[in-house]
Amino acid sequence: MKAGSKDLAKATVLFAGDSGDGMQLTGGQFTQTTALSGNDLNTFPDFPAEIRAPAGTVPGVSGFKIHFGSAKVYTAGDQVDTLVAMNAAALSSQMDQLKEGGLIIANSNGMDARNLRLAGINEDRDLLGEAEQRGFELVSVEITRLTKEALKDSPLSNKDKDRAKNMFTLGLVYWLYDREPERTERFLEKRFADQEDIREANIKVLRAGHHYGETAELFRNRFSVPPADLAPGRYRNIKGNQALSIGLITAAHKSGLELFYAGYPITPASDILHELARSKAYGVQAFQAEDEIAAITAAIGAAFGGSLAVTASSGPGIALKTEALGLAVMLELPLVVVNVQRGGPSTGLPTKTEQSDLGQALFGRNGEAPLPVLSCASPKDAFDVAFEACQIALEHMTPVMILSDGYIANGSEPWKFPSSSELPEIQPPVHKAEDGDYTPYKRDEKGVRKWAIPGTAGAEHRIGGLEKQAETGHVSYDSENHQQMVRERKEKVERVAHGYAAQEVSCGSKKGGLLVISWGSTYGAVRTAVERLHKNGIAVGQYHLRHLHPLPSDLGKLIERYDQWLIPELNEGQLLQLIRSTYLVDAKGLNKVQGVPFAHREVEEAIVGMINEKK
Amino acid sequence: MKQVKSYTSKDFATDQEVRWCPGCGDYGILKQVRDLMPELGLEREKTVFISGIGCSSRFPYYMNTYGLHSIHGRATSLATGLKMTRSDLSVWIITGDGDGMSIGGNHLIHLLRRNPNVNILLFNNEIYGLTKGQFSPTSEQGKQTRSSPWGTVDHPFNLSALALGADASFFARTVDRESKHLRETLRQAHEHKGASLVEIYQNCNVFNDGTFSAFTDKERKQQNTLHLEEGSPLRFGDPEKPVVLTWKNGAVGAEEMGASDPGSHWIHDPYDRAKAQALSRLSDDMTYPRPFGVLYREERAVYEDLLAEQQKVIAPKRTADDLDALISGDAFWQVGQ
Repeated sequence: MKAGSKDLAKATVLFAGDSGDGMQLTGGQFTQTTALSGNDLNTFPDFPAEIRAPAGTVPGVSGFKIHFGSAKVYTAGDQVDTLVAMNAAALSSQMDQLKEGGLIIANSNGMDARNLRLAGINEDRDLLGEAEQRGFELVSVEITRLTKEALKDSPLSNKDKDRAKNMFTLGLVYWLYDREPERTERFLEKRFADQEDIREANIKVLRAGHHYGETAELFRNRFSVPPADLAPGRYRNIKGNQALSIGLITAAHKSGLELFYAGYPITPASDILHELARSKAYGVQAFQAEDEIAAITAAIGAAFGGSLAVTASSGPGIALKTEALGLAVMLELPLVVVNVQRGGPSTGLPTKTEQSDLGQALFGRNGEAPLPVLSCASPKDAFDVAFEACQIALEHMTPVMILSDGYIANGSEPWKFPSSSELPEIQPPVHKAEDGDYTPYKRDEKGVRKWAIPGTAGAEHRIGGLEKQAETGHVSYDSENHQQMVRERKEKVERVAHGYAAQEVSCGSKKGGLLVISWGSTYGAVRTAVERLHKNGIAVGQYHLRHLHPLPSDLGKLIERYDQWLIPELNEGQLLQLIRSTYLVDAKGLNKVQGVPFAHREVEEAIVGMINEKK
Repeated sequence: MKQVKSYTSKDFATDQEVRWCPGCGDYGILKQVRDLMPELGLEREKTVFISGIGCSSRFPYYMNTYGLHSIHGRATSLATGLKMTRSDLSVWIITGDGDGMSIGGNHLIHLLRRNPNVNILLFNNEIYGLTKGQFSPTSEQGKQTRSSPWGTVDHPFNLSALALGADASFFARTVDRESKHLRETLRQAHEHKGASLVEIYQNCNVFNDGTFSAFTDKERKQQNTLHLEEGSPLRFGDPEKPVVLTWKNGAVGAEEMGASDPGSHWIHDPYDRAKAQALSRLSDDMTYPRPFGVLYREERAVYEDLLAEQQKVIAPKRTADDLDALISGDAFWQVGQ
């Protein structure tokens, strides 16, 4: 059978195997090649919480999903077109993600009795046969054996040979989607520059996989996904935590300050620590503190000393930082705090995504302690949000919280990156010795106090967590003064909204019908759903909220233009409460806490359901 | 060259009224610190006092330098962040037994192991004063307080042993009543390059009055205190008929000084870790007097210096081009023109 070629507008591929099978690397390589071919894309890795769950078991399955297309792609895809399954556990646990009639590329050497047993499946079952019976197109390949065969002359040990099988798979999938393996060959040359045998073996197996696709005539169709019509510019593929880190470094350069980052290892925020630790050459001090509290307080110490200070964590760590966050509110020092959210409460689901820390970000401090809260919509948006958060923190002398999540942190997409010269300079209100007398809590027209940094003669002053007398900053227990200071701090934060651009809908109806309000990583699924329905004549629009506090002053007017409101969230309705209470509208929630993002179909169903209910 | 300003003690006082209880030991410590600052030649704008929470932690408000009154237990970690980014500053941490050893115990030991060049003044009064009289991590076992009406069963911390266990590079003990000793001890702490931990016995005359009287009462202190001086024998008791400590192969003994072999005398060497460990445990059961002065010191690489050295090796070229290279990464592509 000779494969015909079929043009596709979009495709979703899921690589699934044991955590030791190198699926993240395989997916990452496929992503880079796909990005360089000019497709728009979105990826989502899904790996177990255990570092090495028992091999071959379902908890040990590691997956990498990529959605790519010649049109705009906003999510990592709902249903999968092609599932690559390296063993029985991967196939049995991921088969339900396939669309009707979807393609399975199965490593038949990973489906033997032993693998079935490890996957908790009765050894008598014929998993591959069952897949075919369900109407999936099955391409069964002896990937393990063919890999060993290709390496029969290699000096590598059998174990090392076996480890190269992901490259066979990648080569095969490259062939299937009409991609050349050259870029990955270059990558392997660099990665294994000092390990000739491993380098040669991987390249050989990669090519063997590609050739096998060509010669074995396994597939009914070969697919081609033409380049997307992306706006002109320079692009790179980027993950959320990476974009966020680069945004922080860029903001430090643009403000002329040193970046001090303090963190404590926690999933899924650790990659920010890693990224910044290796960026020392860019003037970054990355400090791995003894605990979460030390991380934020060290950052506050650095902020007092005149640095751009940042700390990041995930929900449990943010909970520990809370008291210190209140101190930063009270001191009115610039500080950026990142929460890469994960499933909660407590330890919860460390490697799964959720949006359930919004309430914590907005209200989770003792006393009246407002601070600006921004959220990232997607991996690339994390750069803009990080930059803006630093800008707000420095120019308004306040701690700022960024909400990201596991989906954004580890997901990736192409990013049309800016040139540093296009970005604004950040101007913190630093008090200089020549400015004369210093009054620590004297405010400018924006309600912002001046930042006098140790070393500035004549500006010696003492600040602390006790309530302060207005202007002087001396300790004050006066009741009227406390009221005044609470209001001053609140109004200062509220004035941050004066700097926002006018609010617009992201897509769909500009007025009338149903408005879907999204925030954070639900952006992509909501955008996809709203665009699809709007194209079919349904009156629905999307508004995406980046600034969760203070809310944009023109948001109320925008909301009033619609008759119905839907707020999808990966929590039990935290933004919903805020919107209902702030704008007194009868908004409805679409809520999911399963550790996975929304599928756009789920959002579509909710929209259609609400509209039909009203009819 | 920049002219070094000459200050007096008064220049280090603020306009804020000092609000400790009348008779509190903190007053004496404040006076000695203010007096010491000009002697050390410190510039006000280059000096920072950082505290946590507790009676002692009000200290920064009374020093006309930069100051930060932070949250409970965290002065040490704030100071670490500050010193990492501003090695040019003289950083003084003011903490207490509850602040530094209970709620902030973790940060204290981690600061000591990292060894930034800061001075920690830990006011130990063996009680919680600001919250009105609960037992602290240094209160003696059996102590009756409002939170331990039948006596505490908690075993107390021995700060000197704790500090040595955390690889502190400098540990000294002094007491609020001995103003000269206090000042000289703080001077040595300042001169030590690395983290200097000074335990200051401080009398809380409201909730724990006289807890250190064995070491401060004229009649008793000769018998109960051991003044450590580098190169001098460890002697105590009646000056007319002093007792000397002996050190024979690691075994501690005491002999009448006049009647003993000078070769067996324990001569104080603060750089000797084994002896410092013995000193830290010397008076646990009060058979021997309590040592005051510098128990231990060592020259160990300073945290911020190590960071700076690493930075030098990485040799950053800070240009806008570098930033753009970081933003673009090495795998980017062009779409259109």
